[in-house]
Amino acid sequence: MSTFVQRHPVWSLVIFLVVAIFIWAIFAAWPPGLESVIGKKKVFLNSLFNGITLGALYFLVASGFTLIFGLMKNVNLAHGSLYMVGGYIGYGVAITTGWWVLSFIVAFIVVAAIGVVLQYAVFRRMEGEDLRQTLVTIGISIVLADLMLWIMGGNTFQILAPSWLGGPMTLPLVTAVKSSGEPVYMTYPIVRLVILLGAIAIGVLMWLALNRTRIGMLIRAGVDDRDMLSATGVRIQRVFVLVFAFGAGLAGLAGVVGGTFQSVAPGEDTRFLLASLVVVIVGGMGSIPGAALGALIIGLAEQFGSVYFPTYSVVLTFLIMVLVLAFRPQGIFGRTR
Amino acid sequence: MTVANEFVSRTDATGRPYQPARLSGPAGIAWRYWVVGFILVLMPVAANSFVLFQIFGWAFILGMIALSLMFLGGYGGMVSLSQMAVAGLAAYMMAVFGSSGVTQISLGWPWWLTVPVAIIIAVIFGTITGALAVRTEGIYTIMITLAIATAFFYFVRQNYTIFNGYNGFNQVLPPQLFGVDWRQPIPIYYLTLAFAVLAYFLVVYVARTPFGLALQGVRDNPRRMAALGFNVTAHRIAAYAFASFIAAVAGILLVWLNAQVSPGTVAIGPAIDILVIAVIGGMRHPIGPFIGALIFVTIRTFALDILVSVGIPGERFQLLVGLTFLAIVFWSPDGILGLWPRVRRWLVSASSLTGSTSEEGR
Repeated sequence: MSTFVQRHPVWSLVIFLVVAIFIWAIFAAWPPGLESVIGKKKVFLNSLFNGITLGALYFLVASGFTLIFGLMKNVNLAHGSLYMVGGYIGYGVAITTGWWVLSFIVAFIVVAAIGVVLQYAVFRRMEGEDLRQTLVTIGISIVLADLMLWIMGGNTFQILAPSWLGGPMTLPLVTAVKSSGEPVYMTYPIVRLVILLGAIAIGVLMWLALNRTRIGMLIRAGVDDRDMLSATGVRIQRVFVLVFAFGAGLAGLAGVVGGTFQSVAPGEDTRFLLASLVVVIVGGMGSIPGAALGALIIGLAEQFGSVYFPTYSVVLTFLIMVLVLAFRPQGIFGRTR
Repeated sequence: MTVANEFVSRTDATGRPYQPARLSGPAGIAWRYWVVGFILVLMPVAANSFVLFQIFGWAFILGMIALSLMFLGGYGGMVSLSQMAVAGLAAYMMAVFGSSGVTQISLGWPWWLTVPVAIIIAVIFGTITGALAVRTEGIYTIMITLAIATAFFYFVRQNYTIFNGYNGFNQVLPPQLFGVDWRQPIPIYYLTLAFAVLAYFLVVYVARTPFGLALQGVRDNPRRMAALGFNVTAHRIAAYAFASFIAAVAGILLVWLNAQVSPGTVAIGPAIDILVIAVIGGMRHPIGPFIGALIFVTIRTFALDILVSVGIPGERFQLLVGLTFLAIVFWSPDGILGLWPRVRRWLVSASSLTGSTSEEGR
């Protein structure tokens, strides 16, 4: 932290100012002049929270993608399809058993199993052939997308959260002040906050697992030098299968999350594939903190973009990617090899 | 109508009957060019208008877009998924600057002005895409170009002032040049054939120029080429510009064949289809994309009959294409073209038990 400030004083100042403005905008009651320029504070706060929760969802999808890439150097372009498989499985489980929590577990396990099959049947056979692996995953995503369209049809499904998570919750954030001087507090759906907390918990657990456990040590060593690690006697294929299963399972889990606060429909697979691509390009390939930061940036950009300049929200996301590529091609947290 | 009559009149109408054969004269041309050329030129005699329009017209155009990808991938080592976006942009520009059913947007310029403007804009777009994509290498290129293609798709779908959003443009018709209605099956067959052949020989030629050779050197060993004094980045960006030119021409033909352009034209599905076509055909030689396109279009057209005959609902065409693609990537990474040497090797080894190598020298 302090070395970063010493090395990049200007950037630190810019980041500090942006964060300070954000914190002020979140907690202070806005003066009327500001509201007339950029609209109500309620809209701002809502898009901020929506952006953060969307970022949490993107993080769940992209962290599995970036973990798999970081270790095995294969780009799994079927990741979006895994996300959608998870969403459909979660919907099926939630409808038949009525247990929302169970749908997470089942989706995680089933999609992780698909990941194991993919690793054994596809990636292990063509290790080191990047382009071929990518092409195969494109083929798999085409086949999976059409199979799902065949089985589930073109309808849109939404996974219903249980009643104890339904309804809004009042947050201690002032959105406006009434003429009588009484403050109006912000309300926000509980289910989204729970999902946000869950994503943060998963992120922290992943960080701990990577940095504090033996298997995490193996994975980090594999990211740095795969051949040397296998030369020391580690059964690297098992580590590969484990990581692939976990990354795929996270995508399945994210599918249930996405199905709860948005919906599951054909076409979502490419949408989330694109989101994870952009997130990891911005954040840096193979880096979990990078995925978190990239997901937050892209989620916020998408939500603020769709509120304040609706026609060009996609272009905003794209512009961020172009800027990062232009000034830091390896991504914000990426390392040059 | 007799065979000869048909042949003569059509070549006169287009003014360009299988040009390379005529340019180089009959001598010194491999027999396969003669056979393929005769079959293609005489095709309208045997085939009905459905086959000419829906299969060959589409195959030539998709083959040209896939050819631009093959040039980047096969000679430059850069697999780009944004070639369909470049072609789509050229198609959109034809509708915006030329005439279409959406009169409040279309400017109604004459075709001889619209075509160069559309090509220039598409080439600029493709070059900028390339300049971004070459900042990274290998797999990253695929991801970045896929992201750009997807962003382009969402942009044209949301933008109503230029791209007319969800609806796109209809009634984008080719000009009535030489008194011929170019949307009739036989004229459009020869039009697309002529441009496909031109694009094919252009790529063959460029691959042998100093630029093409340097590009292949960059593909094989960028570090060594940089040490030799070649500007690696400039060569790669120039390759994108050249590929964008071919894709842009194909995009213009596409909008004339289709008579309409919409966000569906540049969606992620079609962008990946181009890669599928190039991989099915093979990325080693410029003829690969055209073979791939012919197979792809044939599967797409007859998927209904094939699937119904084995008892699967007819709309599962993507499944068939996806499985074909998977099978080819699994067993023959070089596509259909990669199968040929294998078959020949197998034939040779089967026939010559003594292991004589006299066959190899041909």
